Amino acid sequence: MPVALFVTCLADLFRPSVGLAGLKLLREAGCEVLAPRAQTCCGQPAYNNGDREAARAIGRQVIETFEAYEHVVVPSGSCAGMLHRHYPALFAEVAGWAERAEALAARTQELTAFLAERPKFAAKTRFETKATYQDSCSSLREMGVHGQPRWLLTSVEGLELVELADTASCCGFGGTFCVKLADISRRMVDDKVDAIEATGADTLLGGDLGCLLNIAGRLSRRGSAVRVFHIAEVLAGMADGAGIGEAPK
Amino acid sequence: MMPRVRSFKASAARALADTQLQTALARARGGFVDKRAKAVAALPEFEALRRRGREIKDHSLAHLDLYLERFEQAVTASGGEVHWAATPAEARDIVLGICRETGARRVTKGKSMVGEEIAINPALEAAGVEVVETDLGEYIIQLGQEPPSHIIAPAVHKTRGQIAELFRDHHPLDPQRSLESVASIVDEARAVLRERFLAADLGITGANFLIAETGSVVLVTNEGNGDLTACLPRTHLVLASIEKIVPTLEDASVLLRLLGRSATGQAATAYTSWYTGPKRPDDPDGPEYFHVVLLDNGRTNLLDGPFRDMLRCIRCGACINHCPVYGAVGGHAYGWIYPGPMGAVLTPLLLGLDEAAVLPEASTLCGRCEEVCPMGIPLPDLLRELRFRGFTARVTPRRSRLLVRAWASLVRRPWLYRLVTAIAARLLHLLGRSRGSLRRLPLGAGWTAARDLPAPAGRTFFAEQARREKTGP
Repeated sequence: MPVALFVTCLADLFRPSVGLAGLKLLREAGCEVLAPRAQTCCGQPAYNNGDREAARAIGRQVIETFEAYEHVVVPSGSCAGMLHRHYPALFAEVAGWAERAEALAARTQELTAFLAERPKFAAKTRFETKATYQDSCSSLREMGVHGQPRWLLTSVEGLELVELADTASCCGFGGTFCVKLADISRRMVDDKVDAIEATGADTLLGGDLGCLLNIAGRLSRRGSAVRVFHIAEVLAGMADGAGIGEAPK
Repeated sequence: MMPRVRSFKASAARALADTQLQTALARARGGFVDKRAKAVAALPEFEALRRRGREIKDHSLAHLDLYLERFEQAVTASGGEVHWAATPAEARDIVLGICRETGARRVTKGKSMVGEEIAINPALEAAGVEVVETDLGEYIIQLGQEPPSHIIAPAVHKTRGQIAELFRDHHPLDPQRSLESVASIVDEARAVLRERFLAADLGITGANFLIAETGSVVLVTNEGNGDLTACLPRTHLVLASIEKIVPTLEDASVLLRLLGRSATGQAATAYTSWYTGPKRPDDPDGPEYFHVVLLDNGRTNLLDGPFRDMLRCIRCGACINHCPVYGAVGGHAYGWIYPGPMGAVLTPLLLGLDEAAVLPEASTLCGRCEEVCPMGIPLPDLLRELRFRGFTARVTPRRSRLLVRAWASLVRRPWLYRLVTAIAARLLHLLGRSRGSLRRLPLGAGWTAARDLPAPAGRTFFAEQARREKTGP
């Protein structure tokens, strides 16, 4: 069976190029890949807001859509974490679904972690930039992603990577947190933007669109020149267009 | 103190605008985080200790009744007395009763979060008993008539200048004296407190651990005030909550190795004191009476269920020090005595979700708290559990419940979802076209107050994919 790409609702709506880049990268890695049409969202907004009934209903739909595939690859640590870590908890006591949730969890991987394990894969692209990388919290702590994106970026010609101070700290997105507690979120994203600007990098990369939309939005509001891309776009050689939040070219 | 949890958002906004507080928080944050990281890196067996610590606590909680009774027997055998308090009111009555019986009019007090939980100071003062905090941080906030803003560093929200000002207002000393250096502040507090120690009739301390096999109370401090509070007055009264119990001295030593490193990055605190009963006939000094007040305050109700994990907490404060939300607003915004992630879990459990439903929302679920917790408490999962209970009990605001429900019902209808997202992508694209981002968004002020909204590309991924399948890329 081929690999399924879980596009994620944010990429579908805000940044389709992340999904397109994901498909391209997985093909370059030698996989037969498709993005099942019945997919929508992983259910995190419901789960993290306490609506477990709705989260389970969405989870059942995701399991049905994706369980036939050998691998489920997600260009987002938090959506991957939802399938990999939270579905098993959510369905632990649901007869008939616990095993299916566990099975899907075991086959779900974050995109850069998946690519880093493919021996055939190396990015064949060029991107002249000084970049820094923000580890998103779920990638880092729920999916164990830290070295993989950095390692993949070493094969991008012209890209110099500088480390961000305190990259393990949250950017203040937190799903609905950023609108429910907007003042606190603003302060957190300001700290993050200060740290990004202190690196002297001209590009910010990351593997989670939620975090990137938040940071790009704040950079844009502050009039910063730092550009923002999802790492998949850079690895796939699709970072020649407008960055996140930039005027279309 | 009276809880003011409901006004979390307003308090947070005030805290964010308070430049003195922000200075104090920024200074403290780096210190705690760096020191802990160094201490943990220097101990290869930290992870193994953490697992062992967790086992010890889990075992103690699984046999809580047994070990508490054993503790009581051991305390009694050593000449002390254990008092059981189901509620804060019962605990206060017990303490006031002991003050009456022993004729205590002057009380010295070491740091105790249980003391804060039962609001013992106002009760003592109302009964005409004079009480002085002897931990420097607690002393400072007592002068300032404030609650603690951190469980191990109660005055961390104050700058040195603010502390010097408080001392000038409250100490009848030479107004020309210099209080520029930390040393001069500490020296002055020491001189003032020394007389209080010598005059006290009764000393109240908290407890970091209670040892079932020996009836001992373990207390860690960095100032030595705990020993002067415990040993100089005629009566030593310990305030502790029931989950502080561990079976043996050996068990406490494992937890002590985790506690200092996680809290302040110290391998061991300056003082680790072990108090067992009152003065024995041959002892040169020590208290004549030894009382331990054990508080439940709803903790036994937590034993059965997901929140049992929270009872492993050893109050090191690592989750607080690493929490970006606490780092932004400080401890007072949380509205009661326990701030940060541990407070966001514990406060709703102790005060009720009706009172504190906002606190579980005060987290991005970034997971750093769980990562640094020496007891492996799954704080983000517990926050989610509280959100679930808030949602189910309809304590969560109606508007956010309806929005989640509406979103979920859309997500479950892929064909409708495709249609709605295609329209939304097109509309937002048009609205943001010239700049590539939107500065304002109807109904989206929560987002656009602080940041622009990057505009969608115009077509959703699935629309683009369908188009490519028809016409080629």
